[in-house]
Amino acid sequence: MQRRTLDFWVGLFVITGIAALMFLSLKVGNLNTYGITESYVIKGNFDNIGGLKVRAPVKSSGVVVGRVADIQFSTRTYDAIVTMNIDSRYQFPKDTFASILTAGLLGEQYIGLAAGGDEVMLKEGDTIMKTNSAMVLEEMIGRFLFDKASEDNDF
Amino acid sequence: MFKHLAASIRGVGHRTIEGIWQLGHATRFFLLVLLKSGTSFRRFGLVIRELYYVGVLSLIIIVVSGLFVGMVLGLQGYETLQKYGSESAVGTLVALSLVRELGPVVAALLFASRAGSAITAEIGLMKATEQLAAMGMMAVDPVARVVAPRFWAGVISMPFLAAIFSVMGVLGGYLVAVVFIGVDAGSFWSQMQSNVDFRIDILNGFIKSCFFGVAVTAIAVFEGYDSPPTAEGVSGATTRTVVTSSLVILGLDFILTAFMFRGI
Repeated sequence: MQRRTLDFWVGLFVITGIAALMFLSLKVGNLNTYGITESYVIKGNFDNIGGLKVRAPVKSSGVVVGRVADIQFSTRTYDAIVTMNIDSRYQFPKDTFASILTAGLLGEQYIGLAAGGDEVMLKEGDTIMKTNSAMVLEEMIGRFLFDKASEDNDF
Repeated sequence: MFKHLAASIRGVGHRTIEGIWQLGHATRFFLLVLLKSGTSFRRFGLVIRELYYVGVLSLIIIVVSGLFVGMVLGLQGYETLQKYGSESAVGTLVALSLVRELGPVVAALLFASRAGSAITAEIGLMKATEQLAAMGMMAVDPVARVVAPRFWAGVISMPFLAAIFSVMGVLGGYLVAVVFIGVDAGSFWSQMQSNVDFRIDILNGFIKSCFFGVAVTAIAVFEGYDSPPTAEGVSGATTRTVVTSSLVILGLDFILTAFMFRGI
């Protein structure tokens, strides 16, 4: 075969391959949501994080504003320290309320931020004071049964 | 009685030693190919010619199989997911299964039977017709001139073929789920994007396909170069290439998956 045709087909093959890789990373994967934008770090202490995982979304009013960067256990306060990367475009007041929520009945867990009314904004490295733990099904059922039992005792 | 027992023990020992000897022979050949691949990069035209035969001519089978695998995944995934009312997750299902497993593995299996067998048959026949020996007589190293370009062509084309397979699969899934069945296109893509991670899923799939490319072509060139120089020998070597590479792909896939996705 002619060298020129050969080069053409191989070039086309390589370009198609690279295009396929680009398609996978940008359209199928989430490369475009990776730290291209500037972000700042805030922390939150939770009594129970349930099934929260690193890289879970941080949402406010349902909009993704950041990602969970790190989860650690503190032996000083005996609770979980969750580090979050928040997009610099979004600033939150100091008294923002962070709670661990579940998407749908069986969906993944994420952190929901509800803005407070403070004038001062959270800065790099700040810790959110007001947090709400993940709901654990067993605890809820236990509390329900306990309430039910004490209700019955009233009669 | 005792003689028979001794004979069968000897048989086991003989086969073990033969197997280990063969393995060492293959490793030495692999290192020799790596050592002599300088020529393939200095004269890249040799590799480009092989890329055409190994990569471009494999495209049609990769594209068609990828499309159909994706379409079947879309159909089957929809059937099951709609029972739980989460049919928009069909995009995630199709993309994750293709990018993580089916893309690299099925593309490598097809590549082994389409291109690996061809490489083995070509090198084996060159050896049987004493073309390799003739090259040696002319002070042209057959490993550098014939084997190394084929090896590198296979290694280069495998990741591209796997990526093309995955993309065609995702498009096939899109075709069935969104165009034919009527799943919402927006949630199809957005669920896929929020659940497919670049580093964990796509990069690991890519690394897998690179490993498979090296394994398949290394087996193919070794079997061809090592084949007995007869018609029967070449046919046996071709069969061995397909069988061995398929088994190696599946075994390697398990090991790589265990390393990559253990913590998740």
